[in-house]
Amino acid sequence: MKLTGAEIFVECLKREGVKTLFALPGGVVLKIFDVLHQQKDIDVILTRHEQGAGHMAEGYAKATGKPGVALVTSGPGMSNIVTALVDASMDSVPLVCFSGQVSTSLIGNDAFQEADNMGLSRPCTKYNFLVKDVNDLAVTIKEAFYVATTGRPGPVLVDIPKDVSMNKTDFTYPGSVSIRGYNPTYDGNKWQIKQAAEAIAKARKPILYVGGGVVFSGASEELIELAEMMNIPVDMTLMALGAFPGEHPLSMGMMGMHGTYWANMAVHYSDLVIAVGARFDDRVTGKVSEFCPHAKVIHIDIDPTSIRKNVNVDIPIVGDCKRVLRELNQILRATVNGEQKELRKPWLDQIHVWQRAHPLTYEQDSNGPIKPQHVIKRLYELTKDRDPIVSTDVGQHQMWAAQYFKLTKPRRWLTSGGLGTMGFGFPAAMGAQAAFPGRLVLCVAGDGSVQMNTQELATAVVNKLPVKVVIINNRFHGMVRQWQDLFYEGRYASSYLDVVPDFVKLAEAYGAVGLRAAKVSEIDDVIQEALAVDRPVFVDVPVDQYENCYPMIPAGGCNHEMILADPPELKKKQAVGTPVVGEDKDTVLTA
Amino acid sequence: MEHIISVLVENKFGVLSRVAGLFSGRGFNIESLSVAPSLDPSMSMMTIVTRGDDRIIEQIVKHLNKLIDVIKVVDLNESEFVERETALIKIHTKPEDRAEALRIADIFRANVIDSTPTTYTIEVAGDTKKIEGIINLLQPLGIKELVRTGRVAIAREPVRPVAAQPKRVAKE
Ligand SMILES: Cc1cc2nc3c(=O)[nH]c(=O)nc-3n(C[C@H](O)[C@H](O)[C@H](O)COP(=O)(O)OP(=O)(O)OC[C@H]3O[C@@H](n4cnc5c(N)ncnc54)[C@H](O)[C@@H]3O)c2cc1C
Ligand SMILES: Cc1ncc(C[n+]2csc(CCOP(=O)(O)OP(=O)(O)O)c2C)c(N)n1
Ligand SMILES: [Mg+2]
Repeated sequence: MKLTGAEIFVECLKREGVKTLFALPGGVVLKIFDVLHQQKDIDVILTRHEQGAGHMAEGYAKATGKPGVALVTSGPGMSNIVTALVDASMDSVPLVCFSGQVSTSLIGNDAFQEADNMGLSRPCTKYNFLVKDVNDLAVTIKEAFYVATTGRPGPVLVDIPKDVSMNKTDFTYPGSVSIRGYNPTYDGNKWQIKQAAEAIAKARKPILYVGGGVVFSGASEELIELAEMMNIPVDMTLMALGAFPGEHPLSMGMMGMHGTYWANMAVHYSDLVIAVGARFDDRVTGKVSEFCPHAKVIHIDIDPTSIRKNVNVDIPIVGDCKRVLRELNQILRATVNGEQKELRKPWLDQIHVWQRAHPLTYEQDSNGPIKPQHVIKRLYELTKDRDPIVSTDVGQHQMWAAQYFKLTKPRRWLTSGGLGTMGFGFPAAMGAQAAFPGRLVLCVAGDGSVQMNTQELATAVVNKLPVKVVIINNRFHGMVRQWQDLFYEGRYASSYLDVVPDFVKLAEAYGAVGLRAAKVSEIDDVIQEALAVDRPVFVDVPVDQYENCYPMIPAGGCNHEMILADPPELKKKQAVGTPVVGEDKDTVLTA
Repeated sequence: MEHIISVLVENKFGVLSRVAGLFSGRGFNIESLSVAPSLDPSMSMMTIVTRGDDRIIEQIVKHLNKLIDVIKVVDLNESEFVERETALIKIHTKPEDRAEALRIADIFRANVIDSTPTTYTIEVAGDTKKIEGIINLLQPLGIKELVRTGRVAIAREPVRPVAAQPKRVAKE
């Protein structure tokens, strides 16, 4: 029997096990939506903006490890989802995005709602396809899922012209595909692994520098075994949080620009850095020439281009973290003799000294303004037993969430690291909630960021996605203000938001729940109240507007030279008060 | 340092823009690029001349390999190679210069492939030095138009050394 392209599309998605599709229709994809409308296996979540669809698909993928799938129309539908594709590209998120295209005969004619989808997506996808013939559709979809999910994961775009979705052909779905130019390396070079094992056994001051690759490859168990067996402390990047248990005594927490004092001191003074699935981002290395100056570097990564991109590597191992760590552990297990524990005791003692010297701190006056760190810490403490999935927006609140949420397992942490996309948090949380209806999904949002995607409140309400969004409301682009405090003499150019909406009313306007904690004493109750309802909730928490996030390594600075608190001259400036913050404009916020 | 990289790619639409996009997106430079179908018509061979220190060349090679439409990448500088380029040069010729033009072409073993009473079109193949040499000599006569293909290169087949025989063996 012959099927239309649209029917083939839906059939292929079913074969790929797709349960949820984040989508927004338009002229050239109506045929596909019509077929989707007449089936029950795939749940279509209609978003209010294509960027929302993209981030939901990302949240879905990050939480499940399966590809997130989105469908948008040609022209503006496509251009609206580009931000999410760039984001997924930077953070290695497996997405398969389908875009509608004008009919093949019209391509290149500036037809109605035509955009060069291939051109738009080429630099922000792992690969992209234009399907010109319905006979190629099934194989192309199979290839798209294959490329998105294997090797270093990433977004793939499939552009489907209108006539391709209307035309008919016989349907067969290939069981597997292979592409001659695409052969990811999974097994590490044995000799190199042996070299790595020898270096690890000998090192006195080793540190594991763990990245998102450990999450993607599901290598947490192997990582824990390695760290415990050899007594090696573990630094995590922003993308790795949860890959190693945050409360584990060997966990140093997050490293990098806003990482802990001891995580950064440890990597700086280490004699062996074991990088696993991490890409030596400048937020982590600081000044590259002075990154871990005393250390030998082992780098395990599935993508050869990540290796020696920024930093020289002594023992490169191209391969999948899980497989490489397994082999490494096997070699080490045979040689381990307890000596290593002794060898490293002075190192771990030193780290404990650093930990005691500069722990993460803030001062919460019980009658004073709410400290943002305090809200996040309470949110963590009140929810940790429920093993929540936590998403964030981008800014100070994101960094505080990274510092205070001690996640115990991977795939609980959804954040935009590489691109730093404001507005990511709320839709990403919804995507995760769609995948796990019964779980607790939290979003730590910024008042600036969240406004970039509040339209998705409608999607959350309609689709019964009861995410709990806690808005750390400083009425500032706080992260920008912090840089202006430190590097622009407190001139708050376009960082003060002046008017923020009443988030309680905003939530209610969409039929969601809006709550506010205006005093320190209300925080716990309000959080509990939010957790108790089975509906989407916006919790607005007005916080101290001037709190800054520390430690901080200034961009291009060295890892052991952190700013640990507001410099004294800065405090003075705040006390005098800056003219931009209109005190009388509080009306919207104080309930 | 200059490197010549040969890249075997899928012969299908959009591949050239993926390769060009890689270079522009990452700030690598391309001095020349030539493409044509390979022996197997489903694949094309690209020859890219680029420049960079060892670290950059390593990244260029790795990134090319990472492109899904790229089947094989060889940095020819890693071994011996031979290179050629073809140029088509159209020159104005005053009657008194025509003999001189032919003489120059002859020295460079170039061919005249088109001729009118006032012009010659000369085809020359060789390495960069040779091409630049003939251009320099023809310039005074008046070059009207110049088209160069960009360089193509191929690895030399390694010559297996013939085991050296000792000239004389003294035996006791
Ligand atoms: C406001 C802001 C502040 C930030 N501050 C910090 C900070 O203080 N500290 C910090 O760490 N980050 C920070 N970031 C994030 C930073 O920009 C980078 O996104 C992050 O450091 C990259 O993390 P990663 O190295 O783990 O790489 P990822 O982007 O997670 O990349 C994963 C790496 O693993 C490899 N890989 C993938 N799959 C596998 C596999 N199966 N096996 C082996 N390897 C694999 C990939 O090839 C890649 O090299 C900040 C971001 C923002 C927006
Ligand atoms: C889409 C986008 N535009 C601009 C930026 C630059 N930027 C980084 S953080 C930030 C401020 C974020 O403000 P908010 O969400 O309120 O978080 P806060 O820092 O106040 O906690 C801005 C503007 C960005 N990351 N993303
Ligand atoms: Mg803010």
